[in-house]
Amino acid sequence: MTTTDAGSARQSVWLPRPGRWVRGGGLTTLVFAAPMIIGFTVFGWWPIMRGVLLTFQSTNLITSEWVGLQNIQNVLADPLLWQAVRNTGLYAGIAILIGFPIPLIAAATISELRGGMRQFASILAFLPVVVPPVVAILLWRRFYAPESIGLINTIIGWFGLDPVGWLMEPGWAMPALVVAGVWMGAGSTIIIYLAAMVTIDRELYDAAEVDGGGIFRKIWHIMLPQLRGTILVMLLLQIIGVFQVFTEPYLLTGGGPENRTLTLLMLVFRRFQSGDYGGASALSLLLAGALAGLSWVYLQVTRRWAA
Amino acid sequence: MSASTTSPGPAGRPALALLSLRRRRRKQETLEADRTLISDNDLRVPGTRVAVRVWKSVFLVILLLVGLYPLFWLTVAATSTTQDTLRDPLGVWGEGFHPENLVVAWNRIQIGLYTGNTFIMALGTTFFMLVVSLTGAYVLAVLRPKYAKLLDVVVMATLFVPGVISLVPLYLTIIDLRIIDTWWAVWLPGAVSAFNVLIVKQYLLSIPGELFEAAKIDGAGAFRVFWYIVMPMVRPILGVVALLTFIASWRDFLWPLLALPSPDRRPLSVAIALTERTTELSLAMAGMLIATVLPIVLFLVFQKQFLSGVSSTGSVKG
Repeated sequence: MTTTDAGSARQSVWLPRPGRWVRGGGLTTLVFAAPMIIGFTVFGWWPIMRGVLLTFQSTNLITSEWVGLQNIQNVLADPLLWQAVRNTGLYAGIAILIGFPIPLIAAATISELRGGMRQFASILAFLPVVVPPVVAILLWRRFYAPESIGLINTIIGWFGLDPVGWLMEPGWAMPALVVAGVWMGAGSTIIIYLAAMVTIDRELYDAAEVDGGGIFRKIWHIMLPQLRGTILVMLLLQIIGVFQVFTEPYLLTGGGPENRTLTLLMLVFRRFQSGDYGGASALSLLLAGALAGLSWVYLQVTRRWAA
Repeated sequence: MSASTTSPGPAGRPALALLSLRRRRRKQETLEADRTLISDNDLRVPGTRVAVRVWKSVFLVILLLVGLYPLFWLTVAATSTTQDTLRDPLGVWGEGFHPENLVVAWNRIQIGLYTGNTFIMALGTTFFMLVVSLTGAYVLAVLRPKYAKLLDVVVMATLFVPGVISLVPLYLTIIDLRIIDTWWAVWLPGAVSAFNVLIVKQYLLSIPGELFEAAKIDGAGAFRVFWYIVMPMVRPILGVVALLTFIASWRDFLWPLLALPSPDRRPLSVAIALTERTTELSLAMAGMLIATVLPIVLFLVFQKQFLSGVSSTGSVKG
């Protein structure tokens, strides 16, 4: 036994390179790396590169030909694109107006609760996030239903207000959409703010108090400045999320009324469904470019904050 | 896969996560502290004390209304007659309690089948995600071959690519691979998550390297180390990652809508969305309730993992 062992050990020195690589564990390592390499190639980078290629091609699933910038020109010439951009801007504006202060106020209040109460409030706040988006959206469609069959119309009826066609009136559809979206998403923002709030050094509050600061001054001069990094990140993530809103308008309004809730991703989806893969890819690429731009802004700003 | 329905690919929501990896572990213990923004001194002022108390109560009432009432309403609507829900949206079982709606929905509008499909989709996605993330993280954090650096860059760079870009080409890819309308079409793209690789990798890096070295010296091969050391050690983080992936897959809508066109392969989200308008209201509501129960139960059981998972992704982001 010992002789064969010694023999094979000496032999291994003379093995050609691939043999040595296998014995050194190279093959085993590759076996472990294989799922990741194959997965990220086939379902990660290949689709990304193909998306870029498709932007400059016209394809019908069987053959494809190069069309240069034609797809991008088509997409940019689409009047609906500018409608969708305006809608997205409006969505972002309303989303920030209501979806930005609410989680902050909620988190600040929850952080003042004690023990079991805080846990209970955190769970309640997070509960809507767990509801599957499709269910949440269809539920809100019931709440927004016209006339007296709608929950919200029934409630405003108590105050003598006339029923509103929330999802059918051009002026109301977008705010209605945003409210449903905020309900679905605010919980995770609250939890993230809450986690950031408990890391604030309490001595800062004590110091402010010694200087005669009341509650609101402590919020303004200590809490908000301490949270600025988290606030900024949440704000940017919110904007990036807004650029990719799809399920809410798709199921609530179908993009209507009068295309007032048509979003960029819905436009991508429409082109995709009509078989215009080049146009859909071109629009995706533009959208991705805009998102990358936002990420870049984010990086610059956080660097300055961190410095 | 991120929770966002817009990103079937590896990128998506956590795209910014890597930009600032400042850990915010410090001061977690202050969570239990008895004093925060409002101090005892503040509360000694009678006006402030009353105002704080009133606001806390008002807030809790609002929170109950906003957080719980919609789910309560869904439960009531799912167990009421359609006429009842339409005639009096705020009523509670005016025409009686009809839990049999759930059974009827389960059988007649095939909610049972769709629930099974959702389980197959979510469990398979979770399984393959675990395989890819665990083995990948093991290579990147422990085995570290010469090409590890390159792999690391290639994998983590997908975090920066917005998921929207791969929606269309990913669809064409599953057609080319002839896996469209099979479970593989949802399992495999969902398994590829740079974010989860990153989380498991960071966890493995936090384990002292001597542990792996010692096992190696004792003659344990890469497989043994993986099975007997890595697997038991990563169990806590694996649970969190698996839970979040399972729920994200359970909630997914856009990708299964595209990847599983056959009606008998639809998961709950897709089936409910496509049939809601043509289904009797009470049954549609029953289906929606069934689709919601499992995620909520999982959340209530694993609330600690959930909430700490969410806030830690927040600190990774922040």
